[in-house]
Amino acid sequence: MSSVLVFADSKNNKITKASLETVAYGSKIANDNGGSCTVVTYGDIPEAELKTLGAYGAKEVVVARSASNDSQVLSKLTADVVSEKGSDVIVFSQDFTGKAVAPRVSAKLNAGLVSGVIDYPNTSEGFTVKKNAFSGKAFAYASIKTDKKVISIVPNSIGITKGEGEASVSDFQGTLATAGVTVKESKVKGGEGILLDEAELVVSAGRGLKGPENWGMIEELASEMGAATACSRPVSDIGWRPHHEHVGQTGIAIRPNLYIAVGISGAIQHLAGVNASKTIVVINTDPEAPFFKAADYGIVGDAFEVVPKLIEAYKNFKQANN
Amino acid sequence: MKFLVCISKVPDTTSKIGFTDNNSKFNEAGVQFIVNPYDEWYALVRALELKEANGGSVTIITVGEQSDEPVMRKALAIGADEAVRINAKSDDSFFIAKQIAEYAKNNSFDVVLCGKETINFNSAQVPATIAELLDMPLVSLATKLDINGNTATLERDVQGGSEVVEVQTPFVLSAAKGMAEQRIPNMKGIMMARSKPLNVVEPVSVEAHTEILSYELPSGKTECKYVEADKMDELIELLHNEAKVI
Repeated sequence: MSSVLVFADSKNNKITKASLETVAYGSKIANDNGGSCTVVTYGDIPEAELKTLGAYGAKEVVVARSASNDSQVLSKLTADVVSEKGSDVIVFSQDFTGKAVAPRVSAKLNAGLVSGVIDYPNTSEGFTVKKNAFSGKAFAYASIKTDKKVISIVPNSIGITKGEGEASVSDFQGTLATAGVTVKESKVKGGEGILLDEAELVVSAGRGLKGPENWGMIEELASEMGAATACSRPVSDIGWRPHHEHVGQTGIAIRPNLYIAVGISGAIQHLAGVNASKTIVVINTDPEAPFFKAADYGIVGDAFEVVPKLIEAYKNFKQANN
Repeated sequence: MKFLVCISKVPDTTSKIGFTDNNSKFNEAGVQFIVNPYDEWYALVRALELKEANGGSVTIITVGEQSDEPVMRKALAIGADEAVRINAKSDDSFFIAKQIAEYAKNNSFDVVLCGKETINFNSAQVPATIAELLDMPLVSLATKLDINGNTATLERDVQGGSEVVEVQTPFVLSAAKGMAEQRIPNMKGIMMARSKPLNVVEPVSVEAHTEILSYELPSGKTECKYVEADKMDELIELLHNEAKVI
């Protein structure tokens, strides 16, 4: 194994945090095996931003500036760079774009794909990776049997390591495929909010908050901590919170370092989306709430009293640590 | 309009997950199986709604053994016209996608619908692999679907929001929450499902790309540590010094 190719996605002309993690991941595999790591990306990303990928271990970056986010375009782009560089391992993030592109690349190259990977591959005998299974209730060890391997890793699985260095940047010289899907309208919120699927800290709330007008304190806590906000399914179903904040079995699955659940009872379908979190704090008036069984820290109490105190305590902590 | 809906048999969402044979096999004892919710609630129901509005047919397809037929009958009871079972068992997404793509190629469908992922493997690989093998556009994580003539308008989830997109048939989609509402089959549907065609097709020869070697359950959670409701400074202290997450 010598050459690793990482597909990096961008948002608002910046490489996404999940992709930086993927670059660090791919670079480590390359370094451990005496190879080098190339990044392929697309869009109108400033040269300086692309060079900084060197600090995450990338040697070179190939960018297709005029490519759209269509899966046919991005999979051909990636496969073309794989043949140009002779890559053996191709790494994606298991995010919105990765789910559409990685399987196409795998089929194009006739290379095995394992997605939902949460750790580095074991290459002592073959190529085995650990992946999520049963919606967060178990893990599977899967081996890839083809010569080329494609993997897609779950955001926030290994963390990001940053060092020094600059990557060399070149423009993709090949031909882009025609996009079969045309984007008519984008309803993406502004760049300021922290994206839920790659957030390290998440503050989430459920029906215990009694109404959408009470989310102010949740947003305040999240903004103090630099956390993303999330919610339970009933809350997004009745329209108190937007659909993209819903975590759980039918919403999105996340694995932040810290998940604070306020007024969420902890149904098994909700736990499926969050039980990979490293630390879980549960705040609930009901001491029998099932969520406490999955929690590391529990507070039995009224959210309307506890959350303001938590905000106060966090502010004091921040001041003391500045 | 001809719809092909890919379905998968999965353990019920509330199943206790366990393994046998040295952790190499899912323990099916006492487990109730259902149609993968994303396949059923969103992909299948939306295909049925569009068929009911504009005419056409809905075929369901699965790659599985005879023991998968009860969940296929359920999909027929909800309203699909016919079912196809590719007679093979595999955990390899490429193997499964290849079988479905071969069938779709020979029977030309306008829209191939899949759920966004199964709840047992969570790989989300089959929809995009089918699209690639058929050389068709893919709309992944679609939450809305409308079709007018040969043009489909969809909404899909993207990072931090959504996009409205347009695509010409034929195409492949993976369905996420929002595309339709769950339907409960009625008695008439259940009776009719018994006589609907369920065709068994032998698989094409495909080399699996991957193999699952073993499973593992998460290590047991440590006991929950309770903090008094008025001692939030103590919680912050624990999160900082003990859990080291802030």
